[in-house]
Amino acid sequence: MTSPLLEVRDLVVEFPRRRGGPLRALDGVSLEIGAGEILGVVGESGAGKSLTGAAVIGLLEPPGRIAAGEVRLAGERIDALPPAVLRRIRGRRIGAIFQDPLTSLNPLYTVGRQLVETIRAHLPLDAAQARDRAIALLRETGIPAPEARIDHYPHQFSGGMRQRVVIALALAAEPQLIIADEPTTALDVSVQAQVIGLLQRLSRQHGAAVLLITHDMGVIAEACDRVAVMYAGRVVEVGPVAAVIHAPSHPYTAGLMGAIPPMDGERERLQQIDGQMPRLDAIPSGCAFHPRCPRAFGRCRQERPELMEAGATQASCWLVQEAPSA
Amino acid sequence: MSAPMPALVEVRELAKRFDVSTPWLERVLGGRPRQIVHAVDGVSFDIARGETLALVGESGCGKSTVARLLVGLHAPSAGTIRFDGQDLVAELASPRAAALRRRLQMIFQDPYASLNPRWRVHDIVAEPLLEQGLEPDAQARRERVGGLLRAVRLDAADADKYPHQFSGGQRQRISIARALASAPEFLVCDEPTSALDVSVQAQVLNLMRDLQRERGLSYLFISHNLAVVRHVSDRVGVMYLGRLVELAPKRALFAQPRHPYTRMLLDAIPDLHLSGRARTPVQGEVPNPLAPPSGCGFHPRCPLANARCRAERPLLREDGEGVRVACHAVEEGRHTP
Amino acid sequence: MDALRRFFDSELWADFRASPMALAAAAIAGACLFCALFAGWVAPHDPFDLATLELGDARLPPAWLEGGSAKYLLGTDDQGRDILSALMYGARISLAVGLASVLLSMALGVALGLVSGFIGGRTDALIMRVCDVMLSFPAILVALLIDGVGRALFPDAHETLAFGVLILAIALPGWVPYARTVRGSTLVERQKEYVQAARVIGVAPSRIMRRHVLPNVMGPVLVLATIQVATAIITEATLSFLGVGVPPTSPSLGTLIRVGNDFLFSGEWWITIFPGAMLVLIALSVNLLGDWLRDALNPRLR
Repeated sequence: MTSPLLEVRDLVVEFPRRRGGPLRALDGVSLEIGAGEILGVVGESGAGKSLTGAAVIGLLEPPGRIAAGEVRLAGERIDALPPAVLRRIRGRRIGAIFQDPLTSLNPLYTVGRQLVETIRAHLPLDAAQARDRAIALLRETGIPAPEARIDHYPHQFSGGMRQRVVIALALAAEPQLIIADEPTTALDVSVQAQVIGLLQRLSRQHGAAVLLITHDMGVIAEACDRVAVMYAGRVVEVGPVAAVIHAPSHPYTAGLMGAIPPMDGERERLQQIDGQMPRLDAIPSGCAFHPRCPRAFGRCRQERPELMEAGATQASCWLVQEAPSA
Repeated sequence: MSAPMPALVEVRELAKRFDVSTPWLERVLGGRPRQIVHAVDGVSFDIARGETLALVGESGCGKSTVARLLVGLHAPSAGTIRFDGQDLVAELASPRAAALRRRLQMIFQDPYASLNPRWRVHDIVAEPLLEQGLEPDAQARRERVGGLLRAVRLDAADADKYPHQFSGGQRQRISIARALASAPEFLVCDEPTSALDVSVQAQVLNLMRDLQRERGLSYLFISHNLAVVRHVSDRVGVMYLGRLVELAPKRALFAQPRHPYTRMLLDAIPDLHLSGRARTPVQGEVPNPLAPPSGCGFHPRCPLANARCRAERPLLREDGEGVRVACHAVEEGRHTP
Repeated sequence: MDALRRFFDSELWADFRASPMALAAAAIAGACLFCALFAGWVAPHDPFDLATLELGDARLPPAWLEGGSAKYLLGTDDQGRDILSALMYGARISLAVGLASVLLSMALGVALGLVSGFIGGRTDALIMRVCDVMLSFPAILVALLIDGVGRALFPDAHETLAFGVLILAIALPGWVPYARTVRGSTLVERQKEYVQAARVIGVAPSRIMRRHVLPNVMGPVLVLATIQVATAIITEATLSFLGVGVPPTSPSLGTLIRVGNDFLFSGEWWITIFPGAMLVLIALSVNLLGDWLRDALNPRLR
């Protein structure tokens, strides 16, 4: 792609431990997102997707730290910046949306005050201009009667409305990159569809790149242009959404897709992947998925595969080389 | 659906009201009215032997409350529940309660909170055996626990471990083993896989299906996930604001949903296979259960609402093929089939 | 055994070993406990055996001062009793009374808290109001009241009865924090699905409280108890200082402080200061241990 907006190269995140060496939670993660594009990061619990988002935005909980690799925003490195500089970039150039709209908003302040505070922290506007912009943002995110609702408190909004306010807050300073961590998980299914549509529309209009982290493949299918599948702290497959969903190259992705109950037609048994994701301190040698993989062979146990071209996607799997018609 | 045998579970006009008013003193001093939530507002259905009935709906629809009513965790405010012909509430209050409890059990949503973290797995699974006096001999109990763990695809040696040593999916299987200990006929499952990853969910759903076949179990399966419901159920009930709006055999519900809310739910499901099917955009959100709309609770969001919908609550009516719908528009033929 | 192994494997133990404050506090508290338990063997003299007392040795200063003697390391009081030995025996009494009263108030408070949290409704309201009322009385006054009533009822009190009344006097006002803490935790645990699963199985509420909820709410109780031991010891010392605590034949640290107080201004400071210092040392080390335990058990800080 032409000059990606966000570039993550070989990111390694470690947590020091009392005994033994540091725990490697992310082991060489690489991603790219272009402007106006939505990249989904999907994986099950423990795969490291939220950690990736936290590392990109610089909100890793200490003692976790970025041990290697780099994160570039519009070409500049942001992973090694001092905290004060990073704080200014956060909010101005990177916006964040988290899972629980209840805790993302401060219950003690009106929605308007929180919006205006964020706007004025990053843009050179006076109070009146900031308020106008806040109202415009609320209108854009589909909140009815924004002139009145701007002075309401978070508890006066319903769950879906609150998430829209959070989205407005994330957009407040016109960021180039938005990181959304499970933005629809806590919402009802009917509201979920509305919020996904909103995210898509806004990212196209504002030209922001979106990193959408979720465990729900359905949300990925609806919302994203490309998707990266994570397993045990690594990216195992990445590519356009249609290709990854309909023609996955990596056995884990295929297993995930097979495990989802189908909405069209019926299946007697769901495909199950036996076992579970390895704990971070017991990651198998070679390919992390090999103990659970129905098609593992010798090389898988010894050598760790890197992402390689596999038809329409890229997958880190030796089957791609050995048996191209996977 | 007219089965030759009487249904295992018969629910008629079940209702549950919760008083969520502020404490008495504050209320009196502040002059505020009582606040009652009609969590379940007149629900009726049957479950036949060996059948899986799924109850589906969004937050506040009352499906979890129905689940709890059916195992006696709540007492109904109105209506009846009959289990194998006997009145559930009366039996549970009588000295014959233990005999009834043996026959129905429950599986919960949160695998981390449904097992006592201080107990060993053996004690957790054996508790029904002890409590209901099913196996007084300690050695025999141990063997039975081992057998139950094997039945849920765990190891008999796992009985000596503590819950925190297991993953979410494994804990859920321990919960299933506990529920099966007394050899029940009926299992109420409250969102048993909602907290699990997709691949683990597949394992647990497959397991539940196998167990049903092996042991002739009947399930009441509560979920908000329509794809899962489609996979596991025989019949589906859609709930909204404490009422059943549609009750139909699975194929009929998914192929030809009649109630506007059912259609909206189905349309809202993310299109995983990118079939590009036509969908009507969703409107609005579930209203506050403390202030439900008058008449048909769905009318503020319904494209087919008219004056009657605003005033009169629709009743569940037969619409052919074993389908029952509570909708004036369907009754009046205003909807497009 | 297996529980012991789990403990030594746990984060808690590693945390303990890594914390110099916890180690120091535990060492001091352990030393005091040891002296108190084995006073009979460790103490150089028996200060209560009238036969061994020599009035000629009265009011000797500590060994390192002029006039002191190595025989009485910390000096003697007005009747020739060795202060060091009196400290050890006194600590034994103080610790015994402190621990016993804490155990009693813990038992009472935990039971009431469990019932209050689990059953709820009017029982809960009633117990909580009783808590509120109890908290509005200063603990010392309640202790004095109970002690006074005890003396009035049993004027020729046998020594053990006096102790019993004293323990009761300290324990009775002290159960409220346990009840409140346990009630809060019980309210949380009651909502959890393992409790509901037990109800579906048909387990009786009393059994659920005892076997399911109780093990899960004991954590904060232990922290509280550790800190309350220090408070109980000080309360006992205060009562004994006021003369309404332990009988004079079994002096606790408080009694020693009171006795020594009379000699403070005549220059024999050691008779009151050393018991005072011992009291502070015990209370401080137990408090520090309790603080460490509370932080170590707090999942958010981990």
